[in-house]
Amino acid sequence: MILARIVGTVVATRKDPKLVSTKLLVARPMDPHGKPEGTYLVAVDTVHAGVGETVLIVSGSSARMAAGMKDCPVDAAIVGIVDAVDVVAG
Amino acid sequence: MQLARVIGDIVASHKDENLSSLKLLVLQPLAADGSDTGRTLVAVDAIGAGVGETVFFVRGKEASFPFFPTEVPTDAGVVGIVDHWDLG
Repeated sequence: MILARIVGTVVATRKDPKLVSTKLLVARPMDPHGKPEGTYLVAVDTVHAGVGETVLIVSGSSARMAAGMKDCPVDAAIVGIVDAVDVVAG
Repeated sequence: MQLARVIGDIVASHKDENLSSLKLLVLQPLAADGSDTGRTLVAVDAIGAGVGETVFFVRGKEASFPFFPTEVPTDAGVVGIVDHWDLG
């Protein structure tokens, strides 16, 4: 899983029927210190996250194991809202 | 599977219900010589590892298998604590 900050929302009227009524957010991956890294991605929200929050994103086929995502065509799902990251080194 | 050092942990009170009561660790993957390599990631702990320990972890859907039959939505999981390793 990766840490990311939510930076925006996606509106898509025409999409796969399995994605109807899902919330799509734009996320920027970041390191544990909050520094952005990598490219932006679109993730399905399953925990009611919002813009500005730090979240946990699960990628790949595991994203389909998030709540309500069974058999949905997704490869990134937001599965947690991060309260705190404690890093001792690195 | 890959070697990594546990460098931190995550507190997330609002998360997928199948993640509740699981420990989330921040991992720094390691090269064979013990140096840091690649990006940090967050993994579910299946073994009781803690900060400062060297572990190995599995990527992909298999990371949820230790918790079967619960379908834990994770793509990385710590499955072993390394005592030591040799390069022969």
